[in-house]
Amino acid sequence: MREMTYGEAVNAALHRLMEELPETLVYGEDVGVPGGVFGVTRGLRKQYGERAFDTPISESAILGSAVGAAMFGRRPIVEIMWADFSLVALDQIVNQAANVRYVSGGRLTAPLTIRTQQGNAPGACAQHSQCLEALFLHVPGLRVCMPSTPQDAYDLLVTAVHCDDPVLVIENRTLYFGRKEPVETGGPVRPMGGARTRRAGSDVTIVTWGAMTERVLEAAEALAGDGIEAEVLETPWLNPFDTGAVLASAGRTGRLAVVHEANVTGGFGAEVVARVAGAGVPLLAPPIRIGTPDVRMPAAPALAQSLVPDAARITGDVRGLVKG
Amino acid sequence: MSERRLADLLAMWRIRAFEEKVRDLRAEGPIVGSVHLCVGQEAIPVGACEVLEPQDALFATYRGHGWALARGVPAEPLFAELMGRASGVNGGRGGSAYFTAAEYGFHGENSIVGAGAPIACGAALAGRYDGSGRVAVSVFGDGAMNQGAVHEAMNFAAAFSLPVVFVCENNRYSELTPIADMVRSPRLADRAAAYGMPGHRIDGNDAEAVRFHVRDALEVAREGGGPTLLECMTERLVGHYIGDAETYRQPGELERIRRREPIARLRAGLLADGVPEREIDAVERRARAEMDAAAEAARQSPPADPATAMEHLYA
Repeated sequence: MREMTYGEAVNAALHRLMEELPETLVYGEDVGVPGGVFGVTRGLRKQYGERAFDTPISESAILGSAVGAAMFGRRPIVEIMWADFSLVALDQIVNQAANVRYVSGGRLTAPLTIRTQQGNAPGACAQHSQCLEALFLHVPGLRVCMPSTPQDAYDLLVTAVHCDDPVLVIENRTLYFGRKEPVETGGPVRPMGGARTRRAGSDVTIVTWGAMTERVLEAAEALAGDGIEAEVLETPWLNPFDTGAVLASAGRTGRLAVVHEANVTGGFGAEVVARVAGAGVPLLAPPIRIGTPDVRMPAAPALAQSLVPDAARITGDVRGLVKG
Repeated sequence: MSERRLADLLAMWRIRAFEEKVRDLRAEGPIVGSVHLCVGQEAIPVGACEVLEPQDALFATYRGHGWALARGVPAEPLFAELMGRASGVNGGRGGSAYFTAAEYGFHGENSIVGAGAPIACGAALAGRYDGSGRVAVSVFGDGAMNQGAVHEAMNFAAAFSLPVVFVCENNRYSELTPIADMVRSPRLADRAAAYGMPGHRIDGNDAEAVRFHVRDALEVAREGGGPTLLECMTERLVGHYIGDAETYRQPGELERIRRREPIARLRAGLLADGVPEREIDAVERRARAEMDAAAEAARQSPPADPATAMEHLYA
């Protein structure tokens, strides 16, 4: 087990995939020779030559060519530098990639992986801060995952690339350079889906994903000081989503909070709450959603930090949920 | 020589008879929804597809029925697709604007203007690694020349010398709007120079001219010379879609178009070369008989089963 940061784990997964799947290609803006703006694709160009290359700043061409190459036996892993930039080429993801298998009745497939990163970081502007997973989760035909740990950053990418469907792997740049953790590399390709019980508890279920996971764990720690035992369920796979794990946990604890960095209205948290409600899980209190308010994202760190949920706010909101 | 032209005539009549049958079926009811016919533009697919190799990729637009037929997709599963039958080329999942038949080397129509161009780049890119010698052909209309995706694709293909042939069917209208009103410089082929690729404006109503230029472009692409843009000048004899009131047409325009449309032109040429009229007319009859039979067989076939509507979403 090597100690790796999240970013290094992504890099290790890419190296493994290029090695074991000769049909993989890695390309996107600045990913080849420069090794990526976050250094995540470092070494691929050197090692695999023409299979890792830089492209023009052309998201439609990057994504569209990935669809076409995937139809013809390649397994492209393309990078969209910031999730916000996917919006200039949404057509290729939503109208093209997501339709290939379905409309052709399975005679054509589009096994491509789109790596991107999203979320707010100090000083990022409104066009480099959005959390867009709900947009993609609304599109049948796309698989979506959001790893938050080095091990999941490695495992989920390996799974995504081995999958024969279009998969979005949404990373987070605030995690790339985080702490090093032991990462098991070279293991079997894990199945898609599943939840991670990051902390067991009996008073409240907190479902979360992405960069909020860490803050939720911090909040759970603070809540424990108050005698509130929170069960923290991380769901790094959002499609497929492990509804069963959420229902089981919420059924046990009788309370539900969903925490995501994305803004609340139309966020995937609403879907989680709806599934729990629809399943008739008896709850002791109305479920809550914690996210960024419905607002654009300001650049000034002090302003942005007042909007994105932090451990203190999560702690307070969940305490309110439990104490009534 | 007249042998070849009679074969072209048959190939074009097959498309026209198909499209006219579609129009009738749309009026009668077994076909519903939005349908874009290529009547008047038949010479382009007929000329181009004949020089394509089986391994080549072909991406058309929603005005792509002719491309599917010219590529070798049989008429019956196409009619069946239009009528929502299980035996449809997409099993009823594609419809008029989204035929796909990869097994025939036809990689799909597309309802999104210009979206096929980047996808074609990817098919060409894959060929770089699989040793297939594949060339990708991307077909789109004049309107798509103003789509960002097409600009991106042309630069992408040129930057990487990808084996792509961009075929622009310039029928002078971007849907219901004259392309001349939407660009400053009406010669769309001239844009090729800015991307660093050859561009030619050609007579798209002459299958032989199309064949000649497409063959050249394929050769250049296969030899590593990169992409080519061919602007094929043509005209629709019909509206943008079935039901289009065509209020944008100028007085006398349709009469002028009829005089220079590809089938009438070829017919006149064959007559001038002394091919007997009955032989020429037999071609049309043969095509119509084929399409009548194919449409009828499709109409008799069972509808797509609603129980399958959720299938094939994921691996």
